[in-house]
Amino acid sequence: MSKALGKLVKHATLLAVTGVALFPIYVMISAALKSQDDFLRDPWGLPLEPTLSGFRTALNDQFPTWFANSAMLTTSSVAVTLVLASLAAWGFARWDFRGRDTLLGVLVSLMVVPPVVLLVPLFVFGVEIGWISTFRLVILIYVGLMLPFSIYLLTNFFRTIPRSLIEAAIVDGASSWSVFRRVVLPLSAAPLLTLAVVNLLWVWNELLIALVFLQDDSKRTLMVGLTGFQSRYNLDVPVIMSGLTLATLPILAFYLFGQRFFVRGLVTGAVKGE
Amino acid sequence: MTADEAALTGGSLRRRRRLRLGRAEPFVWIAPALAVVLFVFGYSMVELVRRSLEYKGKWTGLDNFRITVEDPVFQVALGHNARLLLAVPVLVLLSLLVSVLLFEGLRGWRFHRWAVFLPYVLPIPVVGVIFGQLLQLNGVLNRGLRAVGLDALALDWLGQPRWALWTLTGVIVWKELGFGVILFLARLLAVPAEIFEAARTDGARFFQLHRRITVPQLAGVIAFYVVVESITMVSWVFNYVYVMTNGQGGPADSTQVTELYIYQNAFQFGSPEIAAAAATILFGATLVLIALFFRVQRGAGLGAGE
Repeated sequence: MSKALGKLVKHATLLAVTGVALFPIYVMISAALKSQDDFLRDPWGLPLEPTLSGFRTALNDQFPTWFANSAMLTTSSVAVTLVLASLAAWGFARWDFRGRDTLLGVLVSLMVVPPVVLLVPLFVFGVEIGWISTFRLVILIYVGLMLPFSIYLLTNFFRTIPRSLIEAAIVDGASSWSVFRRVVLPLSAAPLLTLAVVNLLWVWNELLIALVFLQDDSKRTLMVGLTGFQSRYNLDVPVIMSGLTLATLPILAFYLFGQRFFVRGLVTGAVKGE
Repeated sequence: MTADEAALTGGSLRRRRRLRLGRAEPFVWIAPALAVVLFVFGYSMVELVRRSLEYKGKWTGLDNFRITVEDPVFQVALGHNARLLLAVPVLVLLSLLVSVLLFEGLRGWRFHRWAVFLPYVLPIPVVGVIFGQLLQLNGVLNRGLRAVGLDALALDWLGQPRWALWTLTGVIVWKELGFGVILFLARLLAVPAEIFEAARTDGARFFQLHRRITVPQLAGVIAFYVVVESITMVSWVFNYVYVMTNGQGGPADSTQVTELYIYQNAFQFGSPEIAAAAATILFGATLVLIALFFRVQRGAGLGAGE
């Protein structure tokens, strides 16, 4: 009897938590599909007469430009990060050199430096060389911010590659480059994918740096655009929610299909206990 | 980079090149990444400290720090960051509760796990705008509350200085909870099942079981989560505040935080030297948190995870 009651309480608690977690997302998507009148009449209900007019208004705004900017920034900075991080991680994992552990330790600790701390000097630098509102400076900063975690994760993985595989390749006369390309990289698809997902998520969602460094209207990213979008369509909630839904769709799609990569990437740093 | 390229060119040169690189070889691999990191972090941090000690290019010693520390707005901002830290124990307890419930493997637990983790992957700007709309005086939440007769609870969540920071804390908890749940659950699933079985056959009840077994098993990962979330509350809440208060930290500075203070001084009030001093202080605070973490972790010994 009390066991059944306990189970009921547990189920109810989980349902409540899930409800709270999903409710705002439900409101976003349902409001996006409503007309302004529908929304004002009944903000909680299902969109019984779904309309795409909110999406249409959002798409006629600068939305496509922002979307393209975000996509461009995200893919290129993540690609550069993956290349640089895997090269460096291999350097750390393959050779034992003096000061290696110190260098790695310093790199790892950089993970927690808040970006706002770096803002003023980097901005002044950008002004001096005329790189404000250029993608190259922002990509450079993003790459720098992503590298510590990326190198850390990949170094840990590369260390688990059996030594014997590498020695065998060297005996066969392979250079370190071909060992890296033919032995190490093919074994590393899973961690590289995990890393790509975590980093894509981070850049796509980033606001502060994009806000400060991309001031030109045509260079805005989605996240910066959306915060301004809010005040422009202050009274038309369905349009705002349509914009938010469009911005979230790539992530939702990613999350639906690749949940385990998200989870693995975000948990890796922690379960190692560093 | 050129040495790197040399190492890449094939042919008969390859072997000799590799030998000549010798002890420098790992640095060739590390150099490109290191150069970027040195620029983004190294250059910035040196420049930051230099700027915090100058005014318009002239050395002024600790003057900027004195002005910053004495600025009532900065004090208010620091106080708010400290109050946000109160969310950390709440997050830990809630994450523990939810992860333990998920761990029991009730029907549908995978769906619940999926749902609880979802907020964590959403962009903060999106979350901020959604909640900004939900929590307006005549927003979705209040209309719901009034509809069921709870008019007294229909507060002006973001518009009243008394409530704004608590509302913000609530939104942050909503978003960050999933991370703790996933972390704790991953650790729980790695605990050998016999440990739980043994305790159960000893007749341990729900709370006993989890206090005696679960919490000690999770000690390491809980410490990690506490540190990550503390750092978040001290130095990563800019996005929430900026989006939910239109970049003002209002009403009336009631949601002002250190990061916003730095941002406003640097880019709106034209006093980068104050921003630099505040940023240096913030960086120092983060370092203290990390140092504390390593001490706790060493002290915890056993529980420190793998």
